[in-house]
Amino acid sequence: MRGLSHRLHRFDVKQMPYVLIAPFFILFAIFGLFPLIFNGVVALRTWRLDDPAQDGWAGLANFEKLLTDEDFWNALYNTFGIFVLSTVPQLFLALCVAFLLNRRLRGQTWFRVSMLLPYITPLTASTLVFLVVFGRDYGVANWVLSVFGMDDPIDWRAGKLQSWVAIATMVNWKWIGYNALLYLSAMQTIPRDIYEASALDGATSWKQLWRITVPMILPVVIFTVVLSTIGGLQLFTEPMLLDANPASASGGSNGEWQTIAQLIYKVGWKNLNLGYAAAMSWALFLIIVVVAVVNTLVTNRLGGGKR
Amino acid sequence: MTTTTDTHVAAPPGADPGQAPRHKVRPSMSGRAPQDTPAGKWTYILLGLTFLLSIYPIYWMFVIATSTDAALAEIPPKFLPGGEFARNLAEVFSLQDVYFAESLVNSVIVSTVITVSVLFFCSVAGFAFAKLRFRGSRILMVMVILTLTVPNQLGIVALYILMGYLPGEGGWNGSLLAVIVPGLVSAFGVFYMRQFILGAVPDELIESGRVDGATTMRIYWSIVLPAVRPALAVLGLLTFVGSWNDFQWPLITLGGTDYPTSMVALFDLASGNYVLYRRVLAGAFVATVPLIILLFVGGRQIVRGIMEGAVKS
Repeated sequence: MRGLSHRLHRFDVKQMPYVLIAPFFILFAIFGLFPLIFNGVVALRTWRLDDPAQDGWAGLANFEKLLTDEDFWNALYNTFGIFVLSTVPQLFLALCVAFLLNRRLRGQTWFRVSMLLPYITPLTASTLVFLVVFGRDYGVANWVLSVFGMDDPIDWRAGKLQSWVAIATMVNWKWIGYNALLYLSAMQTIPRDIYEASALDGATSWKQLWRITVPMILPVVIFTVVLSTIGGLQLFTEPMLLDANPASASGGSNGEWQTIAQLIYKVGWKNLNLGYAAAMSWALFLIIVVVAVVNTLVTNRLGGGKR
Repeated sequence: MTTTTDTHVAAPPGADPGQAPRHKVRPSMSGRAPQDTPAGKWTYILLGLTFLLSIYPIYWMFVIATSTDAALAEIPPKFLPGGEFARNLAEVFSLQDVYFAESLVNSVIVSTVITVSVLFFCSVAGFAFAKLRFRGSRILMVMVILTLTVPNQLGIVALYILMGYLPGEGGWNGSLLAVIVPGLVSAFGVFYMRQFILGAVPDELIESGRVDGATTMRIYWSIVLPAVRPALAVLGLLTFVGSWNDFQWPLITLGGTDYPTSMVALFDLASGNYVLYRRVLAGAFVATVPLIILLFVGGRQIVRGIMEGAVKS
C-alpha cells in the first residue's frame, strides 16, 4: 500500500504538470500547427474539391500561376489600399481618443466601456448596417455629404476608391476604441514625475504629448501596428458583405474591392481549387511577415525621432 | 511581466475624485500628469461625440429593424424606431433556408462550450506554467508565446481538408465539431492565466498545501481557482465575444448546411435574390443583443482584460 501511494505521489509531482499542459499542446498541434505545415504540402499539389481523382503533385505550378494571375495582383492592390486607408487614421484617431480619456474624468469607467461598443458588435452585423449607410440613393453617408453641400450622390460600390473608403470606415469604426484603450493603459503606466519635471522646464501639454507620452508608449504603438497589419491584410468579412450578392465573393462587379482573404475563399470554395488557394495563403503569410517587419521598423524610426 | 496598476484600471466611477494625488504642490495645470488633470469642457464634448459615433450604427440597426421598407427611403434618414420589430423578426424566423432560430441555439452552444473549455484548459496549463516545476517548462512557454503571433487563419485550407478526414460520416465539415474543437484551447488564454496566477497565488500557499498532502489537482481546486476568479471572468468574456463573432471559418465549414452559427445565418439572410434590409437588420440586431448585454454586465472586466493585455504584451 505504501508503495502505491508513494508512486502516486511521484506521478503527481513529476508527471502531473505535463498532464495539465497536454490538452493545449495536443489540440494546438492538431488544429493549429499541422494545418499550417500541411498547407505547404497542399500548395504543391493540384487539390480539387470537385474532382479528387485529379489530385497529384503540381510542383511549383500553383506559385507560378500566382505570378501572372491578374486577380491576385488586383486583390493585393486592393488589400493594400484598404489597409492604408484603415490603419493610418485608425491608429492616429485612437491616439487622440486615448489622449482625451487620459484625464481625470467623471464617469471614467462608463466612457471606457462605451468605447468598446463597436468592438463587441459582431462584424457581420455592423457591416450589414454600413451596407445600408453607404447605399447610393438613400444611404445616410450620402445624406450627410449632401448636408455639407456635396449634392452628387456617391455610388460607393462603383469604384475602387469609394469602396475602399467605405470598407476602411467600417474597420476604423470597429477598432479605434479598442486601440484607444490599449494606448490609454500604456499612458497610465508613465511615471508621474516625468511630467512634473518637464512642466518645470515649461513644457506645454501639447509638447508633453509629443515629447513624453508618444515616445513612452511606443512599444504599445508598435504592438498595435503589428496587430492591425495582421488583421488588416486578412480583411474578409467587410469586403464579403459589401457585395450586392455576398455569396459570390467577387468584391464588386469588377473586383473593385476584392481582398486576398476573399480571393482565397473564392478560389478554394467557389472554384473548388484548394491547391491554388493554399499557395495564395502562403503568399499572404509571407506578405504579412514582410509588411509587419517593415511597419515595425518605420514606426520605431518615426517614434524614436520624436524623442 | 509588469504587474498592472489596478488602481488606474477599472476604478469604480465614484472613486475618481479620491484618486487624485494628495501632493498637489504646484497649482499650474501642466505640473500634473495628464491622468490627474481634470478634464475640461472640450474633452467631454469630443468624448461625447466619439460615443455618439460609436453607438449610432447600432442604434440605426435598431431603427431599421423596427421599421417598414419605406423607412429606408426616407430623406433625411428616419431617426426614431418604428413598431414593426415583432413582424420583421417573425419573418426572419420563418425564412426557410436561413435556419435563424437554430443558428442562435448553435451559437450559444458553440460559444458556451468553447468558453468553458478555454477557461478550464487554460487555467490548468497556466497554473502548471506559473507554479509547478517541470523539465522544459521554459521552452514550452516560449512555444506558447510564439503561437500567439501566428495567424492560424493561414492554415485554413489545410484545416478544411483535415476536417474532411476526421472520423464520422463525411468528416467534421458541416458539423458544429469543426467549429468547436479547434477553439477549445487558446494560446492567449494560457499566457494570460499564467501571468495572472504568477502574481495572484503566493508560493507559500501552494507549499503549505503540499505539506498537508494535497494533490496537484486539489491545490488547483481549492487554492488556485478561488484566487483567479477575476481573471477567469475577463478571459471568459473575451472568449465568448470572440467565438460568438467568429465568421470566416464557420462560413467555410458550416456554410450551406442546416447547422449555421448566427453569423453564418446573417450572411445567408443578406445573400439571395430577395434581400430586405429591415429583415437583415432585425436578425443582426438579435445577434448583437447578447453581446451588448454582456458588455453592460461585464464591461468593466472586458476593459480591464484589454488594458492588462496591452501592458503585459
